[in-house]
Amino acid sequence: MKLSVSALNSYYGPAHILFDVDLEVGAGEVVALLGRNGAGKSTTFRSLVGLVAHREGRITFEGHDISKAPTHAIGRAGLGYVPEERRIFTDLTVEENLEVGRQPARAGAPQWSREKLFTLFPNLAEMRHRAGGRMSGGEQQMLTIARTLMGNPSLVLLDEPSEGLSPKIVEQMAYAILTMKKEGLSILLSEQNLHFARLISDRSYIIERGRICFSGTMADLDARPDIRDAHLAM
Amino acid sequence: MSFYVVQFLSGLASAAALFLVASGLSIIFGVTRIVNFAHGAFYMLGAYVAFSLTERLSGTLGFWGGIVLAAVVVALIGVLVEMLLLRRIYRSPELFQLLATFGLTLMVEDLAVLIWGPDDLLGRRAPGLRGAFDFFGQAIPTYDVLLMVLGPVVLGALWLLFHRTRWGVLVRAATQDRDMVAALGVNQKWLFTSVFALGVFLAALGGALQIPRDAVNHTMDLRIIVDVFVVVVIGGLGSITGAFVAAVLVSELNAFGILIFPKISIILVFLVMAAVLIVRPWGLFGKPEAAARQTPGLAVQPWRPLSTQARLAFIGVLVLAAALPLLGSNYALIVGAEIAIFVIFAVSLHFMMSVGGMASFGHAAYFGLGAYGVAFLAKLAGLPMIACLLLGPLLGLFGAIIFGWFSVQLSGVYFAMLTLAFAQIVWSIAFQWVDVTGGDNGILGVWPAALVATPARFYWLSLAITALSVVVLRVLVFSPFGYALRATRDSGLRSEAVGINSKRIQWTAFVIAGTFAALAGALFAYLKGSVFPDNAGIALSVDSLVMVLLGGVETVSGAVVGAIVYKALSIWLVSYTELSKLVMGGVIVLLVVMFPKGIVGTFDSLIESGKLSFLKRGSSRATQTEGAE
Repeated sequence: MKLSVSALNSYYGPAHILFDVDLEVGAGEVVALLGRNGAGKSTTFRSLVGLVAHREGRITFEGHDISKAPTHAIGRAGLGYVPEERRIFTDLTVEENLEVGRQPARAGAPQWSREKLFTLFPNLAEMRHRAGGRMSGGEQQMLTIARTLMGNPSLVLLDEPSEGLSPKIVEQMAYAILTMKKEGLSILLSEQNLHFARLISDRSYIIERGRICFSGTMADLDARPDIRDAHLAM
Repeated sequence: MSFYVVQFLSGLASAAALFLVASGLSIIFGVTRIVNFAHGAFYMLGAYVAFSLTERLSGTLGFWGGIVLAAVVVALIGVLVEMLLLRRIYRSPELFQLLATFGLTLMVEDLAVLIWGPDDLLGRRAPGLRGAFDFFGQAIPTYDVLLMVLGPVVLGALWLLFHRTRWGVLVRAATQDRDMVAALGVNQKWLFTSVFALGVFLAALGGALQIPRDAVNHTMDLRIIVDVFVVVVIGGLGSITGAFVAAVLVSELNAFGILIFPKISIILVFLVMAAVLIVRPWGLFGKPEAAARQTPGLAVQPWRPLSTQARLAFIGVLVLAAALPLLGSNYALIVGAEIAIFVIFAVSLHFMMSVGGMASFGHAAYFGLGAYGVAFLAKLAGLPMIACLLLGPLLGLFGAIIFGWFSVQLSGVYFAMLTLAFAQIVWSIAFQWVDVTGGDNGILGVWPAALVATPARFYWLSLAITALSVVVLRVLVFSPFGYALRATRDSGLRSEAVGINSKRIQWTAFVIAGTFAALAGALFAYLKGSVFPDNAGIALSVDSLVMVLLGGVETVSGAVVGAIVYKALSIWLVSYTELSKLVMGGVIVLLVVMFPKGIVGTFDSLIESGKLSFLKRGSSRATQTEGAE
């Protein structure tokens, strides 16, 4: 397994958010973490990369225990994180944003360069020197993914990559994610949009109130409309 | 005409040092979010080390090598400070960071005196630059020309560093979003350390370059840090360009202010700062800060009014305290009165800082204004003591109305820096306006009325006023006004949404706190029989902060306990050691790192966590009784 998580519990101050979350992502797999707003998707991701101060449980990435590792070491190990809020450096240009993400090539992970990413996201190529704060939401979403890919990760966490984007951009995003998969990247993405998730994922988990309540292939999920309606009704 | 040009150029030369120190402070703040109070200390160390090195190294190369080497040496000291101290407090509330770095400043001051002695040191002149240009009959020192050029050169070099190197891009990214930079795999520990080293290097270089212009002494640190705070408030924290523009502006205002108001040149700078803050509260080149971390937040324990038993205990302790004249010597009574006065002072700051969420670094301004208010009324108007005690604090009240209005427009570190700058303005006026205030000689002979002239009676008077003040402020905490103030502290937006005018509430709290501080100052004037500029000095402002911190920022009664313990300790300390600043600085640093909750707060947590469970049932009573004196 590329990434395996067992009995993950997370807390914000006195509030217990995640309860014994177990999940796994295999090499080259695209796995969707589905759930409603506030179900715990972002908290799961933030816990995985060490941005939630109080977390318990075992997280192994490529065989190494990273449950106590500091955030930067997790990034260095090749676990890329694309936050839901995008968190573009608004004062920095597109190229400078990419520079922040740059890391040396990593064995066993697809290699990215600035030029290769500009082919994947052609919009970015046209605004290399524009400040991150002066880009549209869709452009920022592309930039945040490209920035993480500059670190040549072997697995990326994509937090709601389709959120708030126009249908046309969503399509581009799906294409980009499939390209990333083709390159051999493992992906764990969170989604509320089941249609988008079905387009690109191999397997899925459903999270509800901080607990994993379903796990299976996309076909398994389609065979259980009751579960889908109970936990994902839009 | 040429005179004005020369004055202008001399202003530009002074701007260089100010810019170096201010840009260093801004760079450090940008990434670490720490306002490094010790920056003035590093500036001073730069000057001292450069003095020693240039004395030993000879020749032109020796001089310039000595200057640069001094900055490098001090930067290395900065690295040690960052690794040993700052890394422990990056996540602390900003008040603690300011206090810890201030504690460091105190320690450095005493160490500098230990190593280099208390006297002014005159450094070497720069080889080859000893002469002066003749400019239409006016002389411009060649060295000043060098400094004039240096400012823009450093500005350009910093721009290249931050825009053309990977390190610079990472620093700018970290300035905006540290967590994201970490998630992208950058180890920020070393980024922080290197940024701190650069900032300290710039400050030390600024200090080192001063030695051909000015004598080196151990008061350089506070003098420059106040100017630097003014510069970054005007220019905008975090902006290097802002630091440059504001450094030039402030230096020019100083250069020409002397011509317009020879006595109180700082007034001009103050007026410009006020104007800038009205138009752009975040400074000329600054950006509005996202809602900063709240000052409190170490532990959330609801505040409760005193129980009946606690009230009885309060009265009991008060009666015991009132019995002191039966046992104590006159000296003990004078110390007792002084402690009582500082209880009022600390409780007034606590009201503003813990209840109101406004951590002032210039609370002594109002203490000093109250003291001078009394002195003016008693000496100039010849009013009787009772009238002076009632009317004197009004000067503090007026000061708080004016300064408070500006201050509450800001929050967090800006608020702290602005209040400090205001306090320094009060101090400067007291110090410079010799005709009215007597300057450094102060105003002497402010004696209490015959009725309370004995130590015992004065002690009783102070104790009574203190008890009354503590009760009034406590009642306010649990009044509707207190609820509104605490709501504003905890969430400005939400309290606005339920119809609280938060700026007005904060302003009112500021004025109340300032008035009580002025009352303390008024009593203090009578206790000492004299008034000096130091009654409004930085040291006193920090004393009050330490008292509140020592007692516990987040408790209701901590300030009372903190004031008693701190004042008793410092009176004792001053009589036992020459190095009181070193010890006091060390105490402050330790306090911030080890016991951020203070005496009462630590006591409370111990009870809550069950370690002192036998006290559990009466937990609030126990702490608040202790706080009742």
